[in-house]
Amino acid sequence: MLELRSITAGYARNAPVVRDVSLTVASGESVGLLGPSGCGKSTLARVAALLHRPDSGTLLLDGEPVRRWRHRAPREKRTAFGVVFQQARLSADPRLALTDLIAEPLRATGRGAEVPGRIAELAPTVGLTPDLLTRRPHEVSDGQLQRACLARALALRPRLLVCDEMTAMLDASTAAALVAAVEDYRAATGAALLAVGHDRALLGRWCDRTVQWDSLA
Amino acid sequence: MTCDAPAPAAAPERTEWRSHGPRRRSTRALRVRTSAVLVAATVLAVLLVPPLVQLDQQAVDLAAKLRPPSWAHPFGTDDVGRDLLLRCVYGLRVSLLVGVAAALTATVVGTAVGAAAGALGGWADRALMRVVDTFSSVPHLLLGIFIVAMFRPGVWPVVISVALTHWLSTARIVRAEVLSLRSRPYIDAAVSGGASRWRVTVRHLLPAVLPQAALAAVLMVPHAMWHESALSFLGLGLPTHTASLGTLIQTARGSLLAGQWWPTLFPGLFLIVPTLAIAGLAGAWRERINPRHRSELML
Repeated sequence: MLELRSITAGYARNAPVVRDVSLTVASGESVGLLGPSGCGKSTLARVAALLHRPDSGTLLLDGEPVRRWRHRAPREKRTAFGVVFQQARLSADPRLALTDLIAEPLRATGRGAEVPGRIAELAPTVGLTPDLLTRRPHEVSDGQLQRACLARALALRPRLLVCDEMTAMLDASTAAALVAAVEDYRAATGAALLAVGHDRALLGRWCDRTVQWDSLA
Repeated sequence: MTCDAPAPAAAPERTEWRSHGPRRRSTRALRVRTSAVLVAATVLAVLLVPPLVQLDQQAVDLAAKLRPPSWAHPFGTDDVGRDLLLRCVYGLRVSLLVGVAAALTATVVGTAVGAAAGALGGWADRALMRVVDTFSSVPHLLLGIFIVAMFRPGVWPVVISVALTHWLSTARIVRAEVLSLRSRPYIDAAVSGGASRWRVTVRHLLPAVLPQAALAAVLMVPHAMWHESALSFLGLGLPTHTASLGTLIQTARGSLLAGQWWPTLFPGLFLIVPTLAIAGLAGAWRERINPRHRSELML
């Protein structure tokens, strides 16, 4: 479904963070990407989710090469990915209540009418109680906020989930709950998963296969 | 162990980490309160005096010209015997109107340009910022005089002149804020959630820069008032029969040399006091929304 071919990407010219990396995620497959801190995993995850334009290389989505990134990418391609970031605090707009945070992708794609139904569906799957939904990010804990971020990523029913160190900042029980929520969603929809992290034990149990960063180049 | 006597209500402890202490806080509160009272008094005077008092600010009384302050005329009279207190209030009304209108226009223009430059990036950003640089390279009073000179004297040409020369700093502030916010993960999340560029700007970026832009707008009000006064003082702003603080000071210039100090002093005070009061309030507000302070609250 997603194929990255010899991707080179970075934030400054002549200093790529990711050099000549190739990775394939088949339809419905879950792939764990293991690597030490600072090796470029997150950058690769951003490239894969069409959020960062690579300097060179090809990205194939359903066999078709993608040529445009971020806002320039067609909306249906962008929303095929659901992304969960490492730091929930930074990936939530501080002004939005959790309901609005989760509903944002639906509203942004003109499906505001579906909001109440989808919230009622998503909140229990990620373990958010109704009283939490009215709070704003600074009024909830990191774990609760990450649950909302996962719900936001699932709101548009993506075909591929990109979890960039989703559980790195969380305690074990919250991590387990979030992984279970992702797996329930995948079991129900057959979505693929690209989980990035450096916890070998977690990714080993969670994913169909894990790949080492060093083996990709 | 018994839980007898409650802890003695001793003098408040001085802890190491409280570096400012109560004295600093009380002067700050005093400053804020004084500023608030003065701003409120200014706004009330400007809004209420003209409709309530029903006196003619243009009433000429040549028999009572250039009278020093007295009970009948607390601020004295000008060179044709008009009451200066009333003229000052009317002048402040016009100056404040010009100040607020110019500051609002400049902030709207500056925010729009800054947000567009920051959100679009690339060549649009470079082009817009070169326009800002070009405007900034000309002394802004000179540019303001040039703009005012193209129109018939009146309130709106002055507003346009001040607004068109003062949106630059707001544009720079807003662009810098937008650039720093644009790379945050929550913007990535919005992009991934299918949000258009417009939606990201309006829903996520602009609300975040609005406090800074509003602060810039408030600080610009006194600055714009001074500009209006400067233009009027140079005879380019408002027509002389329209009382504004600038025209009042300009017409009083001659009598100052003859020893009549009151026609220049009182309009001058009317210019200085609201300026300091607004600056005092804005300073307190800036301390509140200080990004470092805010990030401490958020994280």
